[in-house]
Amino acid sequence: MENLNLVLPEIFISLSIMFLLVLGVFKKDSSKIIFNFSLFAILITTTITINETFSITRETLFNESVVIDRMSSLMKIITLVGGFLVLIISSSYLKTFKIYNMEYPTLILSSILGMMVMISSNDLIVFYMGLELQSLALYVLATYNRDQLKSSEAGLKYFVLSALSSGLLLYGCSLIYGFSGSTNFDIISNQLNSDEYVLTFGIVFILVGLAFKISAVPFHMWAPDVYEGSPTTVTLFFTIVPKIAALTVFIRFLYVPFLNLIDQWQMIIVFLSIASMIFGAVAAIGQTNIKRLIAYSSISHIGYTLAGLATVSNEGIQSSIIYISIYVVMNLALFSCLLMLRRKDQYYEEIDDLSGLSKNHPLLSLCLLVILFSLAGIPPLAGFFAKFYVFKAVLEQSMYFLAIVGLLSTVVAAFYYLRIIKIIYFDKEKEKYDSDHSLWLKFSLASSTILILLYFIFPSQLIEVVSRINII
Amino acid sequence: MNFPILTSLILLPTIGALFLFFTNNKEEKNLTIKYVALFTSIVNFLISIYLWISFDRSISSFQFIEDRTWIEGFINYKVGVDGISILFIILTTFITPLCIISVNNSVKNRLRDFLIAILIMESFMIGVFCALDLVVFYLFFEAGLIPMFLIIGIWGGSRRVYSAFKFFLYTLLGSVLMLVAIISIYWISGTTDVVQLYEIGIDVKYQNLLWLAFFSSFAVKTPMWPVHTWLPDAHVEAPTAGSVLLAAILLKMAGYGFIRFSLGLFPVASELFTPLIYVLSVIAIIFTSLIALMQEDMKKLIAYSSVAHMGFVTLGIFTLQQQGIEGSIIQMISHGLVSAALFLTVGVVYDRMHSRLISTYGGLVSVIPKYSILFMIFALASLGLPGTSGFIGEFLILMGAFKDNFLVAVIASIGVILGAAYMLWLYKRVVFGKLINEDLKKILDLNRSEYFILSCLAAPILFFGFYPDPLINTIEVSVADLINMHNTNIASK
Repeated sequence: MENLNLVLPEIFISLSIMFLLVLGVFKKDSSKIIFNFSLFAILITTTITINETFSITRETLFNESVVIDRMSSLMKIITLVGGFLVLIISSSYLKTFKIYNMEYPTLILSSILGMMVMISSNDLIVFYMGLELQSLALYVLATYNRDQLKSSEAGLKYFVLSALSSGLLLYGCSLIYGFSGSTNFDIISNQLNSDEYVLTFGIVFILVGLAFKISAVPFHMWAPDVYEGSPTTVTLFFTIVPKIAALTVFIRFLYVPFLNLIDQWQMIIVFLSIASMIFGAVAAIGQTNIKRLIAYSSISHIGYTLAGLATVSNEGIQSSIIYISIYVVMNLALFSCLLMLRRKDQYYEEIDDLSGLSKNHPLLSLCLLVILFSLAGIPPLAGFFAKFYVFKAVLEQSMYFLAIVGLLSTVVAAFYYLRIIKIIYFDKEKEKYDSDHSLWLKFSLASSTILILLYFIFPSQLIEVVSRINII
Repeated sequence: MNFPILTSLILLPTIGALFLFFTNNKEEKNLTIKYVALFTSIVNFLISIYLWISFDRSISSFQFIEDRTWIEGFINYKVGVDGISILFIILTTFITPLCIISVNNSVKNRLRDFLIAILIMESFMIGVFCALDLVVFYLFFEAGLIPMFLIIGIWGGSRRVYSAFKFFLYTLLGSVLMLVAIISIYWISGTTDVVQLYEIGIDVKYQNLLWLAFFSSFAVKTPMWPVHTWLPDAHVEAPTAGSVLLAAILLKMAGYGFIRFSLGLFPVASELFTPLIYVLSVIAIIFTSLIALMQEDMKKLIAYSSVAHMGFVTLGIFTLQQQGIEGSIIQMISHGLVSAALFLTVGVVYDRMHSRLISTYGGLVSVIPKYSILFMIFALASLGLPGTSGFIGEFLILMGAFKDNFLVAVIASIGVILGAAYMLWLYKRVVFGKLINEDLKKILDLNRSEYFILSCLAAPILFFGFYPDPLINTIEVSVADLINMHNTNIASK
């Protein structure tokens, strides 16, 4: 008998989704209850995940097709917390657009379920199932504001491109299956060896598909459009939660089935990383819409995360995970600020709308200042440490070129972050924005900003948690 | 463990800033806000004086060391002072209260935010001079960019945005290579603790590249020719207090970095790259002195003179002679006082006339004599007249240079003459001559606070000019030890 306790979080969250669907059908005006219930469900799932799996080093289930290890449990917790926070700060935005419906939390829960399956997958089929579950939910979420043309367009674009990348991924999976005769990661790892040249195609297809999902250059084209068109809260969800799951899968693929083929993929990852860092930094300079700018900045941040993965060392993987965790906090804070730019039921998302914000909203501007300098990687803020760990791992492997290119592109990136700060602090002020924000929004902004600001006092804790993850 | 005096020095201004942050930001509260900031910085100054008194001058090792685990098994929060760094700490804590007093006239809006920025800046600057771990040093070194960027950008002049960006990006670009070098040192030597690194040394085959990476950061910050172009822009646009901090202390971080890290950690590379430094320093001295002669904007002239003076400093450091390095340190301290004073004197007339152009003025001596006398002291100190602190520094540097390289010393001496030329010419055009501009007749002489600030600066300039012993006493042993260590390292390689 399998130890089903290990997949209790997934079981619980699936049951909650089904229950919510039934509730939504039979009860009228149920959106508020369903919102609260889904928050509650995520909380319980998080607790279960911590209780049941956090102490487990490595165990497999269902013919070794599902793996519970330290990485999967940590990443699940980050995913769940991220999802929880997104949901909690969404409601006032959704109410403004009159799309405060029961589907929203249900879809978010289902995509989280898909991500949890992805994170735990140790088998090509399980992985693909999880991926599709999260993708389908995300397509719908992108078009969620269906009365707006932009939102529908974003959803369609996302659907077409993502389906294409899923196709590539599937093709890669079938090639790998053909060579190894199994869909199980551990067995593939033993069967594959670098003599088979066609195998490189399989790896490339899979990496391309995954690069699509995390929007690494040159497979990033969908990100700016989708980020701009989707409702802001959904964009927030896009920028943080699926990235965590995709990164985990990336790590899993590279370091379990493809571990013996390092020569084949290391250059690809280095290329993806360098291209993303440079492109993300350069392309963001010309943007005028904050959400598009965030899209490009998230592309360059993904570049740094990949730099950690390219090192083929445990330190590298750990630094990537630290990077993505800090990145989640920074993005959450940034979007909380963005959601506060509201005036008479209208949200503002052009960079020029921030003009002179510091005169009328000194506290909000101060938060933005901290967040933007942190995103730019200026010490002593958290964003600096994220980069610092990555480059420490990169330099351990003597990959000087990667490190120097990465650090130089931080200077380019600093330019556009500075430009926003300039607009906030040095330019003429505009009309005041509303200041009656929901308590949760204020809470999430305050707590994440304080975390970014004071991270330097206790940097060891995060490292301690992450350093338990040893993949290789 | 004793009382963590250095950490409290670093933290106190930040605590003051936090306190200000929670006070009411109303116009009528401005006086209270200023007193709080002033009180904090004066307490900090007193602590640093106590530090100087209780500092043991006869031993060369670091004192008041605090060593705490910061990132498990990787970085320790380690601070400590030796004879070299203690002087810079005192310079910082001495200049900051004067800056705070001087904001009276120059900063009109958002006084509270301005003082918060200044106090946080003070924390970072003291941190730079105490840090005994490369990562901690880098952290403070870079963090200073944030408040300075805001000071220039929010309270600056008309081209403030351009200058703030240029300042920030130039320095950041210089510094990222240093970060690569610091992490590489960790992987090469297994530690970033400066004291340990002094003992074990760094493998010779890496030294050249590492030295260049550090150099790229310090050269921008010093600033050395040809990467000095951010400085005139930043100085001209920054508000007076910002210019003062920039000239008096920020530039000294790089000079201090050269002594502490470039010389201390990479002796072989320092020896190798000395000609490079000599050439760049001499160019800086001659070239920027000539540019200074041409300036029509007073602040710009003083900014270029800063570049020339810092050229002397880098020249002195890399003579690798006792006199040269001691001279450089004294020159940095003296330049800290003199340039701060000069920017403040320009600030005084700028607040009244709203013009920095030399041609606006002329004949000031007949209307504001007190001002003219103090201005004269500072101008003479800047050109290195005997009896002022500027003389001691330049004289020692040139002495060290003559010992090491005759030609370089001769060319640098020409710089001294040029320095006298542009300073005296500036003074002549502003203070002497006929009073042509009618508006100048109504100009008021120094008010009490201005008089106080400028006299505070004039006193040490003259005192150390006649009696530099307290300074030399403090640094002597540390510098001798540094050179000893350098020579033994060279001999063993």
